[in-house]
Amino acid sequence: MRFFSEITKGLIKENPMFVLVLGTCPTLAVSTSVINALGMGAAVTFVLICSNIIISLIKNIVPSSIRIPIYIVVIAAFVSVVDMTMAAFLPDLHKALGIFIPLIVVNCIILGRAEAFASKNNVLYSLADGIGMGLGATLALTIVATIREILGSGTWLGIRVMPNSYEPMLVAILAPGAFFTLGFLMALMNRLKEKRA
Amino acid sequence: MTYIGEIFVMAMSAIFIQNFLLSRFLGLCPFLGVSTRIDSAFGMGMAVIFVMTLTSSITYLINVYLLAAYPYLQTIAFILTIAALVQFVEMVIQKNAPALYKSLGVYLPLITTNCAVLGVALLNTTAVRSDGVTPYNFLDSTLNGFFSGVGFTTVLLAMAGIRQRLGLVKLPKYMRGMPIALILAGTMALAFYGFMGFKL
Repeated sequence: MRFFSEITKGLIKENPMFVLVLGTCPTLAVSTSVINALGMGAAVTFVLICSNIIISLIKNIVPSSIRIPIYIVVIAAFVSVVDMTMAAFLPDLHKALGIFIPLIVVNCIILGRAEAFASKNNVLYSLADGIGMGLGATLALTIVATIREILGSGTWLGIRVMPNSYEPMLVAILAPGAFFTLGFLMALMNRLKEKRA
Repeated sequence: MTYIGEIFVMAMSAIFIQNFLLSRFLGLCPFLGVSTRIDSAFGMGMAVIFVMTLTSSITYLINVYLLAAYPYLQTIAFILTIAALVQFVEMVIQKNAPALYKSLGVYLPLITTNCAVLGVALLNTTAVRSDGVTPYNFLDSTLNGFFSGVGFTTVLLAMAGIRQRLGLVKLPKYMRGMPIALILAGTMALAFYGFMGFKL
């Protein structure tokens, strides 16, 4: 049963993006369209699951004083795998995400989960945590991207959803729009939490 | 273009036009984390400039001389270089400026996972001069690292100045902290978009 609760906690209660505020850079940078957000989410989820599994397997062998560099190397290896796989099979997406694929290495969500969860729990729970946190990050990315894509280009996943008379609000897909969207979303989350309390 | 002109273009675009924080979205975690007080923002900024300059020059050499045959090792090699450098800077600051070390606290090791540092190393490998063809040489990469760090620090300090005053403002509870910081950053990004129009 705990397996499932480890998965679901990442979605809302401990959502890496909105609640823990980790990994803001890729969220803001690649959320210009939903397809980019989903691609990034999938890449992050894959790296997170793999690194969580490996790190929870080696947690007893790794001396604690040099654990961070070792975790980073494990993560960097999986990121290179994702980077090259994407370049080979999804060249367009790879181009759109650009530098943010290799930058998954320094995404604080992944190192944060390695340090806070995988290094203390067994493989099964670490796998569940990886799935949950990965999906949570993807969910957050997709929400931000949905708002930005609809406002900024009038489309969702490339399909036109706004009437033709809608004048796209260009600022939403530019850099400032990313900050505003995330800022207001977080304020909304806080407001909802306040009301429930 | 003369080399001085080239450097000027590089400085302007790294600091204002393509600012790391506001238009490239690199290094936002420390930006949102340490920008609450000017003195710690200043310390962090100086550490970032130092690490970014060193990283740019060292990763340039590694990329050109060691990784030419093994391009797939780029990510791993770069992140290890950065981790080692940050450790070094941390030891130097701890020994020579204990007060600064205290105020930076947990943020110094976090420079390792600051995407701005890895970002500048990766961007330098593909960057070209303003003529559009000449790839960056050793000096270009180092200078670009330095100016990118300066751009980071400029915005970090400006943000810290605003947030310090923000403490006196009455805000609804749900806007305090992260939400208002993000909205402020958005407003600053909007202002920085004004620099986009410059043709250098």
